[in-house]
Amino acid sequence: MATDILQFLLYAAILVALAWPLGRYMARVFQGERTLLSPVLVPVERGIYAVAGKSAMQDQHWTRYALSLLVFNLAGWLLLNAILRLQHLLPWNPEGLAPMPPDLAFNTAVSFVTNTNWQAYGGETTLSYFSQMVGLTVQNFVSAATGIAVAVAVIRGFAAHSAKSVGNFWVDITRSILYVLLPLSIIGALVLMWQGVPQTLGAYVPVTTLEGAQQLIAQGPAASQIAIKQLGTNGGGFFNVNSSHPLENPTQLSNLLQLVYILLIPAAFCFLFGHMVKDQRQGIAIFAAMGILFVVGLAVVYGAEIDGNTSYDVLPIDQTAGNMEGKEVRFGTGLSALWAEATTAASNGSVNSMHDSFTPLAGLALLLNIQVGEVIFGGVGAGFYGMLLFVVLTVFLAGLMVGRTPEYLGKKIEAKEVKLAVLAFLSMPVGILVFGAVAAVVPSALAAVQDPGPHGLSEILYAYSSATGNNGSAFAGFGANLPFHTTLQGIAMLLGRYAFIVPMLAIAGALATKTPAPASAGTFPTHGPLFVVLLMVIVLILGGLTFFPALALGPIAEQVAMIAGQTF
Amino acid sequence: MHSQIRPAIALLAIMTVLTGVAYPLAMTAVGQALFPHQANASLITRNGVVVGSEYVGQAFTRPEYFHGRPSAVDYDAASSGGTNLAPTNRELVDAVGERTRQIAAETGAGRVPIDLVTSSASGLDPDISPESAYLQIARIAEARGLSAEELRRMVDAHVEAPLFRIFGAPAVNVLKLNLALNERAPVETDATGSMDGASAEQ
Repeated sequence: MATDILQFLLYAAILVALAWPLGRYMARVFQGERTLLSPVLVPVERGIYAVAGKSAMQDQHWTRYALSLLVFNLAGWLLLNAILRLQHLLPWNPEGLAPMPPDLAFNTAVSFVTNTNWQAYGGETTLSYFSQMVGLTVQNFVSAATGIAVAVAVIRGFAAHSAKSVGNFWVDITRSILYVLLPLSIIGALVLMWQGVPQTLGAYVPVTTLEGAQQLIAQGPAASQIAIKQLGTNGGGFFNVNSSHPLENPTQLSNLLQLVYILLIPAAFCFLFGHMVKDQRQGIAIFAAMGILFVVGLAVVYGAEIDGNTSYDVLPIDQTAGNMEGKEVRFGTGLSALWAEATTAASNGSVNSMHDSFTPLAGLALLLNIQVGEVIFGGVGAGFYGMLLFVVLTVFLAGLMVGRTPEYLGKKIEAKEVKLAVLAFLSMPVGILVFGAVAAVVPSALAAVQDPGPHGLSEILYAYSSATGNNGSAFAGFGANLPFHTTLQGIAMLLGRYAFIVPMLAIAGALATKTPAPASAGTFPTHGPLFVVLLMVIVLILGGLTFFPALALGPIAEQVAMIAGQTF
Repeated sequence: MHSQIRPAIALLAIMTVLTGVAYPLAMTAVGQALFPHQANASLITRNGVVVGSEYVGQAFTRPEYFHGRPSAVDYDAASSGGTNLAPTNRELVDAVGERTRQIAAETGAGRVPIDLVTSSASGLDPDISPESAYLQIARIAEARGLSAEELRRMVDAHVEAPLFRIFGAPAVNVLKLNLALNERAPVETDATGSMDGASAEQ
């Protein structure tokens, strides 16, 4: 227990120590200033813009920025869909895997383009090396870059002084990839290979075990994909069981690196924000709100898991190691709980343990992390612009309480911005509660549910929360590979991504045109503890209360049943 | 709309080549050159036969070997998976109960370590906890004719300590430990399946 807490503290220290300089570096990158990598990358950047058309690289109004984003994502979806459907005709398919069926390819392509990386298939049994590399790895990069670009555009909206533009989409994604994602992925892939993650185009290896049985060991170009899957909060595993697979995450060092990569860019965004609005206190306040919510969530998940499964209390079991069903010995309950909290707080979705087998209370905390919109650090970019939505709502409510026009960073938050914020917010309840309710009553959809009792509802809730929140993790007993779910979840992912992004860009565009007013004695300070507390309360009330009735029927009912010794 | 087509296609093509082809192939070249063992699934070879991967667990059922954890996929390394059963699922609680009672009866242990009776996340967990290894020493001592003290020393030598003594839980790699056993006290593969330890245990 004590060593577990030490693990958490050391992890937090490493994360902050790396996120702080990265935030500064990223601020310089997106403001077009010189950085360490500029001598090498500026010519590359120029070459790319020349090919893509220089005229397209001018500053864009928010509508044009959004249009570029949608066109680019649509093109990416078409390409990925084609690759998945045609993988049997393409190279690098040593296992001779068949093409993906249309509904699964639709779901998978949407999933990777929207940075969800929900996987309704098992990687090693479904995808060729070509599909993994040229299909999925590319979308891991560009969907992460898309999230980063939107967040940077929204921050520009807050920082700008009566401007018409929020930046240029093409420039932002190019810089995200060249200056941030690719260099860090190369470092990550090198460390992972050193630690034992395969990186080869060779076929699966047959071995003869010590007892004389045959075992076929799946491998492939895994390290390069795993580095970006964590860094870009994508989360899609190379193998079916993701980062619990001993070849996807073999050692403590590979686990630590991946854990740090999950939250690195999301945490850095707080500090990037501070730099771009030229007031570090604002970034630190948001970091504090995220950090406190993270610690609370971790305490619940870890506490419930180390307590173990009370259904075993009648058995002669030593459960001091915690609830080890669906966990790996090398990570134990401590690092499994930390990972689960990080991957659901961020919209990462990779796992190093099976969330479906977590105790109900821990599962509840994971669900809530996703349902509040993954704003506790959140996805790369997506978490930060999600939190800015809550900031808008917080200053609005604070303004209502004291009867003043709400302001943030000197900019008046008016009816238009609040309406757009609420519009974006609604995508989560629609995707989770409406779609989830449909899935819970359609008989053919219920075939996907594995577990009886309240846990079955939790599985449905988790699936639609994960899809709408673009998380990608699962209560994996849920057999999502049915045409009903692949289709409906595909729509939920699109809703959760674009019905959120477009209103956020509209807010950015509206704010960019405003001129900041100087702070006066009546200005509500947004860098103090009062604001931090208010922001956390708004996140929990809006996020939590929306979903509480559904949660009461799922994880809460199951927890009560478990304590009472009931099984299903 | 029209003006967006060219940059969209150009950037998608460039990024596909850069991140989908150049990056993974460059990493493959570097990995194969710098880390040829790890980049090819960390295979272990004995007498010219590939017997497994350092990191991938395999099924052990015979009495003369340390046993790993239950696996939802029977250690199929081409199709990883956990049970994903809910903590309140009767199927899970019954299965864990049955394994626990069996191991408790066989070993006389008052309490069985949880990892030895629950399925791992991957179905390929290469490790067990040191406690789970200690629990099996008596059976192996009998099957191999080794002393319990010596086996305990072997287990201790195979405990992988946490990173910086902080990150992770102490773990014993079952395959590596069993390979060491085979080197110390070889058993004839065919003879052992039906002899001594097996009948005494069951």
